[in-house]
This record gives sequence, structure tokens and C-alpha cells, in this order.
Amino acid sequence: MPAVSKGDGMRGLAVFISDIRNCKSKEAEIKRINKELANIRSKFKGDKALDGYSKKKYVCKLLFIFLLGHDIDFGHMEAVNLLSSNKYTEKQIGYLFISVLVNSNSELIRLINNAIKNDLSSRNPTFMCLALHCIANVGSREMAEAFASEIPRILVAGDTMDSVKQSAALCLLRLYKTSPDLVLMGEWTSRVVHLLNDQHMGVVTAAISLITCLSQKNPDEFKTCVSLAVSRLSRIVSSASTDLQDYTYYFVPAPWLSCKLLRLLQCYPPPEDGAVKGRLVECLETILNKAQEPPKSKKVQHSNAKNAILFEAISLIIHYDSEPNLLVRACNQLGQFLQHRETNLRYLALESMCTLASSEFSHEAVKTHIETVINALKTERDVSVRQRAADLLYAMCDRSNAKQIVAEMLSYLETADYSIREEMVLKVAILAEKYAVDYSWYVDTILNLIRIAGDYVSEEVWYRVIQIVINRDDVQGYAAKTVFEALQAPACHENMVKVGGYILGEFGNLIAGDPRSSPLVQFNLLHSKFHLCSVPTRALLLSAYIKFINLFPETKATIQEVLRCDSQIRNSDVELQQRAVEYLKLSSIASTDVLATVLEEMPPFPERESSILAKLKKKKGPGAVSVTELEDSKREGGELNGGGDRGPDTSAMSASNAVSRHSVTSNLSYVFQSTPSPSADLLGIRSSAPAGTAPASAGNLLVDVFSEAGPAAPSAAVNDDGFLRFVCKNNGVLFENQLLQIGIKSEYRQNLGRMYLFYGNKTSVQFASFTTSVSCPGELQSHILSLNVQTKQVEPLVEGGAQIQQVLNIECLTDFSDAPLLNIKFRYGGALQNLTLKLPVTINKFFQPTEMSSHDFFQRWKQLSQPQQEAQKIFKANHSMDTEVLKAKLLGLGTALLDNVDPNPENYVCAGVIQTKGQQVGCLLRLEPNAQAQMYRLTLRCSKDSVSRRLCELLAEQF
Amino acid sequence: MMRFLLLFSRQGKLRLQKWFTPIPEREKKKIIREMTTMVLARQPRSCNFLHWKDLKIIYKRYASLYFCLAIENHENELLALEVIHRYVELLDKYFGNVCELDIIFNFEKAYFILDEFLLGGEIQETSKQIVNRCIESSDMLQERW
Repeated sequence: MPAVSKGDGMRGLAVFISDIRNCKSKEAEIKRINKELANIRSKFKGDKALDGYSKKKYVCKLLFIFLLGHDIDFGHMEAVNLLSSNKYTEKQIGYLFISVLVNSNSELIRLINNAIKNDLSSRNPTFMCLALHCIANVGSREMAEAFASEIPRILVAGDTMDSVKQSAALCLLRLYKTSPDLVLMGEWTSRVVHLLNDQHMGVVTAAISLITCLSQKNPDEFKTCVSLAVSRLSRIVSSASTDLQDYTYYFVPAPWLSCKLLRLLQCYPPPEDGAVKGRLVECLETILNKAQEPPKSKKVQHSNAKNAILFEAISLIIHYDSEPNLLVRACNQLGQFLQHRETNLRYLALESMCTLASSEFSHEAVKTHIETVINALKTERDVSVRQRAADLLYAMCDRSNAKQIVAEMLSYLETADYSIREEMVLKVAILAEKYAVDYSWYVDTILNLIRIAGDYVSEEVWYRVIQIVINRDDVQGYAAKTVFEALQAPACHENMVKVGGYILGEFGNLIAGDPRSSPLVQFNLLHSKFHLCSVPTRALLLSAYIKFINLFPETKATIQEVLRCDSQIRNSDVELQQRAVEYLKLSSIASTDVLATVLEEMPPFPERESSILAKLKKKKGPGAVSVTELEDSKREGGELNGGGDRGPDTSAMSASNAVSRHSVTSNLSYVFQSTPSPSADLLGIRSSAPAGTAPASAGNLLVDVFSEAGPAAPSAAVNDDGFLRFVCKNNGVLFENQLLQIGIKSEYRQNLGRMYLFYGNKTSVQFASFTTSVSCPGELQSHILSLNVQTKQVEPLVEGGAQIQQVLNIECLTDFSDAPLLNIKFRYGGALQNLTLKLPVTINKFFQPTEMSSHDFFQRWKQLSQPQQEAQKIFKANHSMDTEVLKAKLLGLGTALLDNVDPNPENYVCAGVIQTKGQQVGCLLRLEPNAQAQMYRLTLRCSKDSVSRRLCELLAEQF
Repeated sequence: MMRFLLLFSRQGKLRLQKWFTPIPEREKKKIIREMTTMVLARQPRSCNFLHWKDLKIIYKRYASLYFCLAIENHENELLALEVIHRYVELLDKYFGNVCELDIIFNFEKAYFILDEFLLGGEIQETSKQIVNRCIESSDMLQERW
């Protein structure tokens, strides 16, 4: 029971809330609620008329039930009845119910509006306020129609109480925002402006929100507010901390009003009237001066309020962008905050400096803080602060410091958080391009980018480097040499192979003079990567090979042999097969002249906006990248050629352009192709939908136990066919039927993971209303966290033959045994398809392999000797018992496979640590095959018993 | 303006929800889930601000309760923190050493106090005395009638 029950406590309500709190399970809670709902329903329907108190109590209970997350489909009428009660407390509950549960039932709206009208004309200020609060809370079109003309009158009437004025101002603001066409300007508007002079600070505070909004829309009509605002601000700024009584907040006079005044002034250019302007500059200087004074209180509230005003003043200074002196002072002040011990201030200073960096007056001043910002990028504990530091580095970058900044960002990328890598990659790519004076530096930077963060390098980035290399003949030789060297690394990213294949195919001749990179050496190097690559990359490599035949006739025989082998001309992939066949034929029948014409070097790409800049803009939403950016790059970096209309994608490069294009569009086995859009449109910018709200919801996490019964019951049975196949592997096809193919590509590091889902429409018909959602059943909610499920493709239409991609970020909080569910709904020819799949996220994905000696292994094995720590299973072999297959599976599990540990060489032992957010779970595994009996014995020992059990279950199905 | 205010416990249980713009119920539930997940996953002593879609999320923990306020992009973060603090002070003044239970059992009062302080997503009255006088007087009205 509550410690306090003020006013008239409703005992029945308190008892009900206690009951709910005492419910041990969700079921018990629902039962209790249903019982209560039945009770209330019978009371409302009963013959006996209810007294006001009971009605209020029951309406309040319904409200409570609704706020717990349950649907309420009755009681609205009773709530409306309460509105016309004469008792304040009943009226108040009625209004609260209406405000929370608005119903578009027109009959009801009419009744509600009627009650509001009565209260507004009651001349009882408390009733009037209640009615105004209700209008502001609901703010519907119907209410605007009914009251938009009435409220301005109340607002400016001479005899209106202050509290009513405040509510009326904000109520009017709300209606103006929902239905600006219904709020007509008139005689009242000039009187509203004069509320800035009102004696009552509360009235000014409320009115200024309204005035600011109106000024934004009708700046000319409200121009007079500028001088009024300046004088009001000046009075506040110069007042002593005690002058304003209760409007002084922790020794700061009227912080809310001050900020609102400064914000209002940002709707206008600097005042033209010299006196007004002088007064304002004085205010701004005073605010900057105060920041240097010792604090009047040690409380954080004091410094927050004071700094809130300071940041707002700095915003205004930046907005005016005309007072170099103030701009530099602002910059110095922010510079101090960069090293403040309060994380919040460091964060805001970094953010605010980003805007200062774009002003010509303060750009240089911002640049002086580069070391501090780099240090923040390296040492801040909070990722959101690091993100701001990266933003600022990007904003302060110019020709003079580009090399340093790009180098720092590259080195940060090696350890950067997953969430910000993609954006960082784009930014590095843009800076490298924008400020490249020497193209070898540019090429080095992009190749480094691919090396360090290959997975996050989108097509746009590698397309762009190719466009630039093609358009700049002074860098082609260097690019060929560098990419050749980069390809020599034993493990290089597929994106590197793509760039390498393309560039060597075009410009390999420039380095062929060196015997170390002779044509055959180049070819063998490329071909050594071929088998590790995905289909689109292989297609690109095939095109590079045919280009080689043209560039270097001496490689013809070798390459033809490669093309001729079964794995090429009989490849199960239509696209690859077609290319192999066509290229083979082309190389054997065409004359050298024809070959040279068909396979000529790619022409330069026409100039156009940098595609990566467009991508960053899209990612950040409009306005995030300053508008001047483009002009900037024109002005400063004119040396760079623009992008091309076509991307250097596989089809653009292919000799048989039309052929390969048609097969790309019709080909569904492109599950893992990196280009989500099947069209040859460069970067898919035009074809992919703008980023917006992700249709898929993040896991049902931490759902209020009161409010939701786990995930929505899946209407389709859960399909877990594919699930077990992914325990020991991360990529592959999860599901396939006649309509849809779903591929998965996933990667895990420590307790984080990222899963790419590829949905391919196998039909030639569009899928409509395509939505996906991921949910975590039962207690899984709190164990695994799928942060920001984002889809690249938000349009609910999937064209026939098209493929869309979705990214899922996963964080493992603690060990778990259930799997998240993926629900897919779409319409195919009018019929709703509903599919629920188990996503193959299993606990072993978060393994980190641990190498250890035999001695260590057995010592730990003994330490984990409690019976519940061990899980064992003896089972029959379901699959081949071949050593290599078993080894591959055990490695795929994520553990380290330890050699020379078990005295019996037939046995396998593995060790690993499962990384969860909260803890690490050490796991040891021993698998003893018995070839004669075709049986296995599997033993697991883990520092956490639930993990042993779960791993044992999962693995028993794998061998 | 402010878009919504959520109060939830460390376990992610929602204690108060105030929406300043109309949002469909389904969407609300989704936002609540996202907010609780996001805020509860934050390390202690991180900064109190987050970017979320086109909004800024300002959060602060008071004892067992998280206060999470969404504001529009141009709004002032530090001041939003003090909006939260002032609301806590108002609750504290009314209940006297307010705790989570007070808000659970007197949820309607928590909403009434909020309505006096914020309206339509803007500050209505910052004076602690005036807001409290308002609430006290409505309690008086209850006893009288």
C-alpha cells in the first residue's frame, strides 16, 4: 500500500493495484483484470444508478488497466458523464480518461465538446483550465473546429486569470500545430505579442512558445516581438539572482524563459535598429562573461541551467554569423567545455562546435582544438560522445589537416563500435576524396579502408574509387601497383578483390613490365582468390579475365583453359556459366581488332555529385550534411572528377552488356550479392527507398510484465527447419519455398553480432505489404538484445525477381536457449502470406576460441567438476564421421580445436569462452567418436550449467 | 517542443507515459520498448543524451526510476534535463519524499501534476510554488465537495 494517499484516496482502486502487483504470473494478472472488467461492466450496466464516487472509481480503474497495456472497449460514456459533474474531482478523472483514451466516435466527440464548452464558459478558472488541458492533450481536428475561434478570445481578454491565460496560450499553440488553417490571425495577434511584457513570468513563459511558433510561420506579422524580446531578455540577464523569486532556478534567473527568448530571436535576422542590437550584444556578452564566473552553487542543476542559456546564446551567435568577436569567444568557451569533467558538457560542446566549424569566422578557431577532439575520439568511454567527436573531426576537416584527420579516423576505425562503422567509412571516403591533392594518397586511403573495415565499405565507396581511377590517368599506374600489392595479403577482403579485379583488368598493363607483376603473375594472383568469392565477384573476375586476354595475348591459353573447365562453363549459376561460355567463345572466334574494340578501356565517367556524399546525406537525413558541403567540394576540390551515371558494376564492365544484365535481374541465386538493387543503376540511390521508420520492430524487450503477453502470437507455425543447420555455420539459405528465398549472412564478435537477411522474390509478381518483425519469445527478451533492427529497404513492395536486404544487430546480454523469431508477412497475388522462422542465433555464436595446452585443459576440466556443470549425451551418428568434416563443424562452432590434448587421438577437444554482456562463460568440450558403433559421446563442461545443457542439446543434432 | 515523457523502472516497467502528439497505440508500445531497451543498456556515467530518429532523448535516473524525455532536434538538452528535475521536485513536494510506489498508487495525481507543469509539449509554469498551490487547491476542492 502506498505511503501517502493524498486527497480522497480511492480505496477500491488501491486494493486493485495491490492485487495486480501481487500477481505472480502474467496469467494471474490477466485473470484478475478480466474479473475486474466483468465487475465494472456489470456495475455500469446494472439497474442501480451509480453515485459519482463509484463512477469515478471505476473509470479510474479502467484507466489504470488501459495504461497497463490492455484494451478497453467500454466506459467512455461513463467518463463523458463525469465531465458534466459538478464535483471537481470527478470532472478531473473524466477529463484524464478522455485525454488518454481519445475515441474518434463522433457521437462521443460531440458530447465531449459540449462539456468542454460548458466548462469554458463557466468562468470558474479551475474548470476552464481542465477543459483547456483536455483540448491541448487531445488536440484533434474536431476540437480545433469547435474551439479555434474561442480560445484566442479567452487568451487576450482583460479579465482572464493568469493560470487560464497560460493554458489558453499553449492550447492555442497545440491547435495551431494540428490545424493551422483553422486558427485565423486577427486583432488578437498583436495583443499576444504584448504578452511578452506581461508582469507574470509564467504567462510570458507559456506565451512565448506560442509566439515563437507563430513567428516562424508569419515572420513579418510578428516582427515587433524582436525588440520586446530583447528588452525582456536584458532585464532578466541583468537581474540579481533573487529578483525573480520563484522563477529563479538554483540561482539562475528564469532559465526557461531566457532560453525561449534566445530561441525566438533565432527566427529573425540580427535587429536592424542599432540600439536594440547593441542591447542584445550586451546581453550575449554578459552571458558569456557569466560562464567565466565562479559557480554560485555546486549543484548540477545550477550549472545545467546556466549552461543551457549559454548554449542557446551560442546558437544565436552562430545563427547571426556576423559578429566575429562573439563567434571566437563562443568557440573558446566551447573549447573549455571539451575538457570539462561533465560528460554532458563535453558532448554538447562537440556537437555545438560542429556548427561553428562551418562559419568562416570561427572555422580556424575550431581547428585549434583538433588535438583535444582526436583525444576524445580515442579515450571517451561513451560511444555517443565518440560519435560526436568523429562528427566534429569531419566538420573541421579542410585541406590543411585532412591527412591527419583521415589517418586518425582510420586508426579509430580498427576498434570503432559496430554501430558507427559504416558512417565512419563513408566519412573517411568523402574526406579522402574531397581533400585529395595527390591521388596516390586517395587510393592508399580507400584501400586501407577496405583492409580495415571491408565489411562496412558499401558499393558506393568502391565504385567511387574505381570511377576516380578511371577518370584520372595519372593515378592508374599507381593504383594498379598498390592494388596488386594489397592482393598479395593471404586474407584479403572481397571488396579488395573486386577493386583489384577491376583495376587490373583495366590497367594491369601499366605494371606488366615488372617481372614480379607479369601478366601471368597478375592472373594467378587474381585467380587464387576466385574460389573464395561470392557469385557477383566471380562474375566480375571473369570479366577481368577476358580483359586480360585483350591486354595480354600471352595469357590467352591459360585463361581459356580456366574458362573451359567444368566448374566454369557448367557452373550451376546461370550468370557465371553464361559469362564463361560467352567469353570463351569471344576469345576464340573474334579477331584481335574486334577484341580490342569490344574490350576497350572504360571511358571516363561523366561528372556528377559524389555518390558517397549522397549516401551519407541519405543516411543522416536531410539537413544533416551542410548544404555548403557540395559547393565546398567544388570550390576547394575541383580537382576531382565527379561520379558516373553508371556504376562500374559487373554488368557495366561485361563485354556482353545486355546479356549479363538480363540475367542479373532474373537471377535469384544472388542471395549474397552485395548490390541490393538488381538494376544497373549506379549505387541504387534512385531505386532504393529513403531511410525512414524501420518496419520491423526491435525485439520485444523488457516489455512491461503488466502490459504485454510476450510477442504477438504467431499465426503461422514456427518453421525451424533451417535453424539447426546454422549452428556450425553463419551463412547460407535459411528458408526457401516457391515464392521466397531467405538467405542469411552473419558475423559475430564478442557479445555482438550482425545478421544480414536477404529476401528474394522468386516469382515474377510483386509482393505487396511486405513487412518483417523480429521478436524474442519468453524470457529471451531480457537475454538477447536485438538493437536497432534496420532495413535498408523500407518500401513494402518487393518487385518480382528482386531482393531486399535487412540488417539485424544483436547483443547477447546473458546466456539464452530460445531463439528469436522472424515473422514475415506479405501479399502475393492478393493472398496474405504469413511465415514465422526461428532465427539461427544460438549461444555458441558468441564463442571466442581459447588455445590452451594439454596441462591447462585438464586442470580446468577438473575445476569444472560439479555435476551440474557437466552435460553429456551419447547418440548415434546422423552424418558422415569423416575427420575433416567433424573438424570443420567444430571450428564452425566457434571454439578452438585443440590438438595433442586428448591422449586418444581419435577424440576431439575444444575450448572457448562465451562472451555475454554481463559475464564470460568458459566452455570445454570433448567429443569421442566410436566409428564401429557409429556413435558419439559428447561431454561439455561450462562454468555455467545452463550453457552446458544448451550446447549439448544443440550439438547432439550436428554430428 | 517535447514529444513524450516516459517513466520506467530499472526492470523496464512503465510507470507513466505522456504523449504530446497523437500516436497510434501500436506505435506507442513500440517506442516504449525501444526507449526502455536503449536507456537501460546505457553504462553508468555516460552522457544523458541520445539521438533517436529525428529526436533527442534525454534521460536521467532517480533512484529506481528512469525519466526519459524526447525533445525535438533544436531543443536545449540541458534545459530538458532540468524539466525532468523540476518534475521530480514537484512530485517530491507533493508526495513528500516521493518513491516509485507513490507514482504507482497515485498515478492519476502524477498525471495531474504533469498537466499543470507541461502542456501540449511546452512549459506552462516553472514556478514550483504556483504548481503546488494549484494541486493543493484541487485537493482542497476534493475535500470540500
